[in-house]
Amino acid sequence: MWDNEIVRMLVVEGIVPTLYMTVTSTLFAYVLGLPVGILLVVTAKSGLKPNAFIYKILDFVVNILRSIPFLILLIMAIPLTKFIVGKSYGPTATIVPLVIAAAPFVARMVESSLLEVDKGVIEAAQSMGANLWQIIWKVLLAEARTSLIVGATIALGTILGYSAMAGVVGGGGLGDIAIRYGYYRYETGIMIVTVILLVILMQILQLIGTWLSKKLDKRITG
Amino acid sequence: METMIQVRDVRKVFTTKDNKVEALKGINLDIHKGEIYGIIGMSGAGKSTLVRCLNFLERPTEGTVCIEGRDLAEMNEAELRRARTEIAMIFQHFNLLMQRSVLDNICFPMEITGRKKSEARKKAQELLKIVGLEEKADAYPAQLSGGQKQRVAIARALAMDPKILLCDEATSALDPQTTKAILELIREINQKYGITVVIITHEMTVVQEICTHVAIIDNGELAEQGTVEEVFSRPQSRAARKLVFQNENKYAVMAGKRCIRIVFKENSSFEPVIGNMVLHCKAPANILLADTKDIGGIAHGQMILQLPEDTQIADRMVQYLRDRNLTVEELNDYVG
Repeated sequence: MWDNEIVRMLVVEGIVPTLYMTVTSTLFAYVLGLPVGILLVVTAKSGLKPNAFIYKILDFVVNILRSIPFLILLIMAIPLTKFIVGKSYGPTATIVPLVIAAAPFVARMVESSLLEVDKGVIEAAQSMGANLWQIIWKVLLAEARTSLIVGATIALGTILGYSAMAGVVGGGGLGDIAIRYGYYRYETGIMIVTVILLVILMQILQLIGTWLSKKLDKRITG
Repeated sequence: METMIQVRDVRKVFTTKDNKVEALKGINLDIHKGEIYGIIGMSGAGKSTLVRCLNFLERPTEGTVCIEGRDLAEMNEAELRRARTEIAMIFQHFNLLMQRSVLDNICFPMEITGRKKSEARKKAQELLKIVGLEEKADAYPAQLSGGQKQRVAIARALAMDPKILLCDEATSALDPQTTKAILELIREINQKYGITVVIITHEMTVVQEICTHVAIIDNGELAEQGTVEEVFSRPQSRAARKLVFQNENKYAVMAGKRCIRIVFKENSSFEPVIGNMVLHCKAPANILLADTKDIGGIAHGQMILQLPEDTQIADRMVQYLRDRNLTVEELNDYVG
């Protein structure tokens, strides 16, 4: 059964769409989640520009989206997906619910990374006359760099897992193959192979993330 | 002399959910150009709040702060940021950017004001030479010692050619040797560049070492101010006396209630039992009554001691005396 046809399918219909969904969704999730995370930190009570109104709204929206189980979100998002992509199945369509699920998660990751930045350093930047944007770019994001990369790695891993779940609604990728062959056709062999491929992808992502965060961290002596 | 910093009736109230804390209760202060002005107080006296009011990191609840005659409260945000570039600050925990090299840390304030990168780097190199760390330009803060970090912070503070240098407990995290070296550097900067220096500290030795003037802050109020000689030779307030005698007066106040009676019968009067006990336990004991005689080289008589409040030390003292074959008797409610 392990002819070229199956290998081709695992790569072209499995690995490639899975990576495409994971990476694209993570990018979009950061496009939305990063500003929200920054806003949460800046508008918090102890933040640089406290604003209870904005903070409470963002906090509430993030919590709501975070509490919807992904499988339900997949189905709930179908009308929106159809509106944006034009269809509700396939890898590109899956990106929509993936972004909705991942963006609030990313926002929280960014928030917690930025909160780790030493308040004293922020105060020092203020004492030098830095404005809000300079503090966000040059202090908060720059000093939290390592933690942000670790967070991004976790986000990538989580989204990789979610993307496989989207196979249930014909989302494409490795998860889709696992469900079609393993669940509907009882071809356990192929299902196991897709799981192994997912494990390998996760390992590679984690290795790259850890390596990058360590390489860029200047707090380690020597 | 030209007034650099003028503080008038500054109050600061911190309002938390269930109470109000008045950190500063009407502070008046005049700091002149070229002075090294020490503000000293115990922790919680309000000195850190006061220094943050000088560059408006904390806005006073009431009162005015004028830098070179300009009221900080009347500036808009952009003006205030510009004013801050002339008021540099160094901190107890150095507050360097950990992800930037030493050179880039010093470039940071120049980057903020949009100075050309090549110019900034050149200036940073010069500043590193002034603080004696040329060879550390490419190191990261995590690789430096505390003293070196503070030197980098000082170089960074000098990058904008400030008129004022605020030091918030800048030597409190350093050992005495390093403290001396850093204070020496600050004095050098003050003399060479005529920068007015404000030093916040809880250590009298720092004030003695470097300051020309001193203000003593106690519980949110200025208890006393003047030249260091004045305040040192004639401390008027209770707070001042407490700080001035900080080093000489190390006697603990005897607050302990526990008294013991010791009876000497056979000890050699050549052995200074009480003195040894104090040395051994490293805590004082109060002799309330002593009636001893030296009879033929043997001590006879009794003594009543008041022990320190710390029960552990007190117990150790009692044990020490028992080990020397003395009769020790606990006295309840002894009134001397």
